[in-house]
Amino acid sequence: MSLAELTVTELIDRLVNGTTTNVEIVKAVLERIREVEGAVNAFITVRPEDELLAEAKAYDDKRQAGEAIGPLQGLPIAIKDSICTKGLLTTAASKMLGEFVPPFDATVIARIRQADGILLGKTNTDEFSMGSTTENSAFGVTRNPRNLDYVPGGSSGGSAAAVAAGEAPIALGADTGGSVRQPAAYCGIVGLKPTYGRISRFGLIAYASSLDQIGVCSRDVADAFLMLSVIAGHDPHDSTSLGTPVPTFPKKADSASLRVGVPDEYFGAGLDDEVRAAIQRTLDLMKGQGHTVVPISLPNSKYSLPTYYIIATAEASSNLARYDGVQYGHRTSQPGGLIDMVTNSRTEAFGDEVKRRIMLGNYVLSGGYHDQYYLKACKVRRLIADDFSRAFEQCDVIVHPIAPSAAFRLGEKTGDPLTMYLTDIYSVTANLAGLPALTLPCGTTKDGLPIGVQVVAATEQEETLCRASLAIEKLLREE
Amino acid sequence: MNYTPIIGLEVHVQLLTKTKIFCGCPNKFNPEHPNTQTCPVCLGMPGSLPVMNEEAFRLSLITALALNCEIAPFTKWDRKQYYYPDLPKGYQISQYDLPFSHSGWLEATTAEGDLRKVRIRRAHLEEDAGKNIHDESGRGGDSQVDLNRAGTPLLEIVTEPDIRSAVESKSFLEELYLLLTFIGVSDCNMQEGSLRCDANVNLKFDDGIATPIVEVKNLNTFRGVEAAVDFEIQRQLDEFQKTGRKLGDPGVEKETRGWDAQRNITLAQRGKEEAADYRYFPDPDLLPVTVSAHVVAEIKSHLCEPPSQRKRRFQKEMALSEYDADVIVNRGREFADYFELVASTCDDAKQAANWVTQDVLREMNDRRLNVEEFPIGAEVLGTVLKRVSEKTITIKSAREVFVALLEDADEDREVTVSRVDHLIDDRGLKVVSDTGALDAAIAAAVAESPKAVEDFNAGKQQAVGAIIGKVMKQVRGADPKQVREQIIAHLSGN
Repeated sequence: MSLAELTVTELIDRLVNGTTTNVEIVKAVLERIREVEGAVNAFITVRPEDELLAEAKAYDDKRQAGEAIGPLQGLPIAIKDSICTKGLLTTAASKMLGEFVPPFDATVIARIRQADGILLGKTNTDEFSMGSTTENSAFGVTRNPRNLDYVPGGSSGGSAAAVAAGEAPIALGADTGGSVRQPAAYCGIVGLKPTYGRISRFGLIAYASSLDQIGVCSRDVADAFLMLSVIAGHDPHDSTSLGTPVPTFPKKADSASLRVGVPDEYFGAGLDDEVRAAIQRTLDLMKGQGHTVVPISLPNSKYSLPTYYIIATAEASSNLARYDGVQYGHRTSQPGGLIDMVTNSRTEAFGDEVKRRIMLGNYVLSGGYHDQYYLKACKVRRLIADDFSRAFEQCDVIVHPIAPSAAFRLGEKTGDPLTMYLTDIYSVTANLAGLPALTLPCGTTKDGLPIGVQVVAATEQEETLCRASLAIEKLLREE
Repeated sequence: MNYTPIIGLEVHVQLLTKTKIFCGCPNKFNPEHPNTQTCPVCLGMPGSLPVMNEEAFRLSLITALALNCEIAPFTKWDRKQYYYPDLPKGYQISQYDLPFSHSGWLEATTAEGDLRKVRIRRAHLEEDAGKNIHDESGRGGDSQVDLNRAGTPLLEIVTEPDIRSAVESKSFLEELYLLLTFIGVSDCNMQEGSLRCDANVNLKFDDGIATPIVEVKNLNTFRGVEAAVDFEIQRQLDEFQKTGRKLGDPGVEKETRGWDAQRNITLAQRGKEEAADYRYFPDPDLLPVTVSAHVVAEIKSHLCEPPSQRKRRFQKEMALSEYDADVIVNRGREFADYFELVASTCDDAKQAANWVTQDVLREMNDRRLNVEEFPIGAEVLGTVLKRVSEKTITIKSAREVFVALLEDADEDREVTVSRVDHLIDDRGLKVVSDTGALDAAIAAAVAESPKAVEDFNAGKQQAVGAIIGKVMKQVRGADPKQVREQIIAHLSGN
């Protein structure tokens, strides 16, 4: 197997026992990028080869000299292009930030550098993370490496596709309504979104601040939690970051039995039969292993989609107000007066989906509508979260689909925003409730497209999420 | 028809913190070096996040409590959204429906000289914007933006429309200024924009009809507030007599006018119908703040005596005139503290007041010193004055000691309490009550001054002056009045 296809854990083993080098790994990854990137388009920026190889060699030299190296062992890591990297172009896939080079590192980037990771490049996304397919990028669509005619999911489609295609062993994404988990599922890899506040948002270009959470795209469950343990933890620069210590995560499945909650409401009409069957089989395997399946109810989840789209667009309309052409970002060549400058700059540089959400968000916050839309949505959000709290009194984790179907064809839903929004129906609740959630592959459709299953744990219970995910991963592998 | 002006003020106060409200940049007025006190947070860079400055919130609590406000146990941050080049995020972090404090009051002096409790509707904390700099040469150069000020902690204090005249508006602002500087939360430097004021003005006629409400902006001096409110009252009266437009008429909206301090007029800005819908909503980047009763009690227990109360105490308990109490307290907290220590040291408040309002203030002004820098400490001056009230020295000698102490300071000698008595001794300033010594000195002086004696005997009373001078040279602590009487008695042969 090519080095480009190994997990982080496997690569670290080989580095430590001397059977490979950082230079070999970077070369293998760059080779893979050269082979597939033309078709997949996972990256907006790949750092120059000479820089990457020089950094890799420095780690090899360090290891040779017996010096300590951090937990990421000089491995190349792909970063969603909505995460600020000092001195490295960060566009959020928008023409607005087409030339934006941040003067600072996001906290996660500082922690990756501290842990001796190499920044490989910046991955494609829907513009400002607004989308479910990575088709809304100013830098072209990303294709699903499993089948190039299909979408990779989104918005962190570039990160998921890069990991699935062997272009990076692991990647950071960001998840506002499923943007890490859903593309991971579509591309057949693992996607992790921890508890809201577990990972600092400082340096993450905001889409919807109360929902945004950085996450990990990886080849297996252990890798996801390895990365989480590097980047998680309180950050004084993010007021919403958790103050509680990051748990230590198990690396291998144990035999402890779990109570697995299954919400009836998530298996109703609109769920693809192949997806339903794959998840049912996963649950059957768990039962066979001695885990208990508990029927639970999340009655308010039926309101999750409108709740999500009201809150997310309200926050987005505000978060994107700073792109006015004054200080940085695109400025129109037709400035005229102040109002024209702002209007033209924004009209020229934002894509249609971003404009649509800004308008929606301004509408739900505007005088006379604020209470009936935004305020109502905030109340329903509370009810949705309460449903989960009650459910977790009966179970350790909840298992349900991540999306109603596997990946669909490029362009299939771009003409119909509402149908597109419906694909988020199973993913947004974890964001609304701030819960840690993970998807992992649990089968394929007859067309050969991956199917993902989602595991959700109670707030701050990433350790339980890790144990359950490792157990399910083991069962599916042994099947 | 009789009318009453109805006036409410909105005052913005920059707080004296070391750093800005949501980032670590210095909070310092620095227009000479634009955009040097900035970071990704106050520049509103993509991905940056605010973190609340605890000190700004603490100063806000102190201010609100000094304004007799209630403190909300739960408060939050909201985004006020509008586009302006000096507002880097496209929204201002402010407080909308749950301000941290409300329902206070502050006394102002009315035009008739009475005190009025002006109610404070609310006080909330927010971030200041940057500053747009336009080419004023008329050559149409680019406008520039300086974001040094962006993120300065700004307290907005809103009164109820309780104020009834221009004089009273000015008085309220002066009282507020004094209170804020007393409690040390702001330097209230109006030239630098640390204290800024807007006024809402309209007129209510006796029949209940009122003129449309006008918000006058850009009132950045005490005189400006008074002049602008005066102007606006007259303008509204004229306007009403011309047009009859009144509050509540269809199409009549609140108007915003700006004060032009050069021309002394208010000018129309924008009507409320064009005003933005600010689309307030809670800032998801910041946590709500809870304030415990314990914290409130703690701050309350450390609040200093407010200036208005201090003036009253100086009059009631220390028998100062209203004028002296005003002069002393209006000079600031440190000066009032200085006065109190002088007074308690010498145990004669009236004399202490005379000295600090005249001699001390004069020297401070001449030397351009504030009271903390003034070389004669309060205990030292108090000791000098104590010697006067004990009748150890005369007031004239006290002035000599005062001047000598300043010379000490100028020559870098330490100015201490013990130095006072040394100076009195060295210079022989002690009042001499030893009649024997005085009699001898008079006898000697008379003997040395045959011409003066001759003149005196010829009826020239003023000839005694020369003899007094000689006596005083010998016995410096003698009371000149007493010396004069004794010489005359001596010469008259008694």
